Amino acid sequence: MSNNKRQYEVVFIVDPTTDDEVPKLTESFTQIVTDQGGTITKSEVMGKRQLAYEILHHKDGTFVLLEIEGSGREIAELERRMRVNDRVLRYITVRVDEDRRRAEKLKARRARKAAKRPTRGHGSSARRGPAMEFAESGGE
Amino acid sequence: MSTNYEDRQRGGGGGGYDSDDDQDRRPMGGRGPGRRMHRRRVCRFCIDKVDLIDFKDVRLLLNYLPERGKILPRRISGNCATHQRMLAEAIKRARNIALLPYTTD
Repeated sequence: MSNNKRQYEVVFIVDPTTDDEVPKLTESFTQIVTDQGGTITKSEVMGKRQLAYEILHHKDGTFVLLEIEGSGREIAELERRMRVNDRVLRYITVRVDEDRRRAEKLKARRARKAAKRPTRGHGSSARRGPAMEFAESGGE
Repeated sequence: MSTNYEDRQRGGGGGGYDSDDDQDRRPMGGRGPGRRMHRRRVCRFCIDKVDLIDFKDVRLLLNYLPERGKILPRRISGNCATHQRMLAEAIKRARNIALLPYTTD
């Protein structure tokens, strides 16, 4: 299990006044990750949106999402860089592989149950049949 | 529905039955029509078969964030414990990156 690569989602908020620098910034972060041996599986600019509360007197920011696969070392480096960078207002890293694996498992279990259920359903409906008849005869 | 609640009340009333008529009256009040009837709501995430709650899905999370910005308790939403936990975690993450407010006044 520990041999498996970890998956992370990193979301960071960029100062919207330097919006044109977002691609460059993302590019440099991507470079950092790949230098450390990680891979970027997804890179998406979620766009500019209003912040729920002010961060350093900014009322809105540009959100960028990165999905990273790696050992965890590149995350440490990436976070260090983001902490130092003034344009990055906030960042969050979430490890997602464990939760995703768990979700898959649940899904598989549900599929297995669904496959079993039809036979069980027939049994109960067969049982329900006579009971209904009894009820009807009792009413008459 | 309300049967659960009544059972609990009856148990409490039984303990105080011989000591006090105040406590004796209480279970009657529980059964009476004056009590609010709460329909037990079902976990919507279970119905939709959600296995993961994404913290970036602001529109979904906002359903569970009333005006004040607090997380809606599951006694009101009817969520199951598993999904409430996932939801709470997602809301807290979303708050951290200013997708959702910590408080609103």
